[in-house]
Amino acid sequence: MQLGFLVDLHLCMGCKGCEIACKVENEVPLSTWRLRVKYVDVGTFPETKRTFTPLRCNHCENAPCERICPVSALHYLENGIVNIDKERCIGCAGCVMACPYGAIYIDPQTQTADKCTYCAHRIASSMMPACVVACPVQANIFGDLDDPTSNISKYIQTHQGDVQVRKPEKGTNPHHYYTGGGNVTLNPLASRREEGHNLFNDITKLPLGGHH
Amino acid sequence: MVHETLAATNAVVTLDVALPDIFWGWYVTMNMWAKSIGTGLIFMLFLLMKKNASEMEGLRTSTLIVSFVFMNIFLLFTWLDLHQMWRMWHIFFYPHWTSAITVGAWMATLFVGLEFLMIVVMLLRNNTAAFDKLLFWVTLLAIPVTLYTAGIMAEATARELWQMPTESAQMILAATLSGSAAMILIGGSKLSDETRTFFGSVLGLSALMAFIIYMSEYIFGAMKAEEVAAILEYVKGHGEYATMFWIGQWVAYILPMLLVALSRVKNSTAMLNLAAILAIAGLWVVKHVWLVIPQLLPLS
Repeated sequence: MQLGFLVDLHLCMGCKGCEIACKVENEVPLSTWRLRVKYVDVGTFPETKRTFTPLRCNHCENAPCERICPVSALHYLENGIVNIDKERCIGCAGCVMACPYGAIYIDPQTQTADKCTYCAHRIASSMMPACVVACPVQANIFGDLDDPTSNISKYIQTHQGDVQVRKPEKGTNPHHYYTGGGNVTLNPLASRREEGHNLFNDITKLPLGGHH
Repeated sequence: MVHETLAATNAVVTLDVALPDIFWGWYVTMNMWAKSIGTGLIFMLFLLMKKNASEMEGLRTSTLIVSFVFMNIFLLFTWLDLHQMWRMWHIFFYPHWTSAITVGAWMATLFVGLEFLMIVVMLLRNNTAAFDKLLFWVTLLAIPVTLYTAGIMAEATARELWQMPTESAQMILAATLSGSAAMILIGGSKLSDETRTFFGSVLGLSALMAFIIYMSEYIFGAMKAEEVAAILEYVKGHGEYATMFWIGQWVAYILPMLLVALSRVKNSTAMLNLAAILAIAGLWVVKHVWLVIPQLLPLS
């Protein structure tokens, strides 16, 4: 079994329901996120549009975080999930430096690394990840990539040519896919970040996640 | 390139949540800086033994103690940088050998243990023969202990600026630069003019080579990858770290090179000592800039 995730960006409307469901399900502390929805505005007024991109751990087949972790706190499950053992983690932040997707953070309460686990605890009980359940437009498609009859496999088959991963040049072989994505949604360097000009508030850099 | 993409799409991030940016801060800079001095002194002591063993007299114990102190500073800051520092023992009881952090921690521990043994050998037995034999093996071990941090940086896949071949070279050069500088200061009048000039040459050449590598990255790195180009913006023009970067280059490399050359012309020990002090101080700045800037790049 190889579990994977696909987000259809044609469908995502940026409601952030997945983000909140993840927060609640996994008791993610304030100021940290296992799953984030990024908004990017494209074009010049009046020809503009807004794009939404949910970002989470990519559960890479060749995961840099697993390789750099000195104590195997980050490890593979048999179903392909890159899981984390918070009791084992020593908080060296090597995984934070290694993840090309910025998906790992230091939990300010436990002072250990944390990230999306595809809700491994729910999977173990044959339930879907919380973000999949919460999505009102079924933009999140989750399932077994090895099973040709699974929803995700069928989705990939029918959307061939439009399935992308983030930063393929890194060679991490992510098991997290997007359809309907483009350069500005998947490449962080293709859009500007203007300090003080943000939709709801400034991009503030909180002194959290580290003790110095 | 990035700026062309930006112009074409006119895309602006209008909502992204706050994430802390600098995870590896000045504690890690201290770690790399102290380790460079600690292992560098061992390299220089070995070179001294091969070049003129008679000048080792009175320098064996003092040099090793200084190296031992700096290696312990390195270990202390490595430990302090852990968010769960009391779990440090997990590295030894649950080691994951694909990680350069694990390999480095084991080797550094062995290295410091051997150094302690050598200090005991000298202080309790004054056994220079045993010391010199151990020095060979400790010098061999000092090579991977110096290099393993480059391995960590190479495994930090998200930070495109850190590439294994160049970081390895920079780690070794940082050790020879700071080691020769520290040896000049520790050796003082115990070193002959010829030996002091030799260590001055090591210092000057290390500075030159390191400076060439940094300038190569500065000029050509941006042509290879858009991430590197974006990171180097922090040190180019009016970038956020431009001043600190150039202070580092001048203090660690350019001024020591000039002072080493002048000290040879004028036969001045004071100039050589100043070059040594500047090199050691500047190395900290150089290491810090290179450590911090890749962490400023948005990954989302």
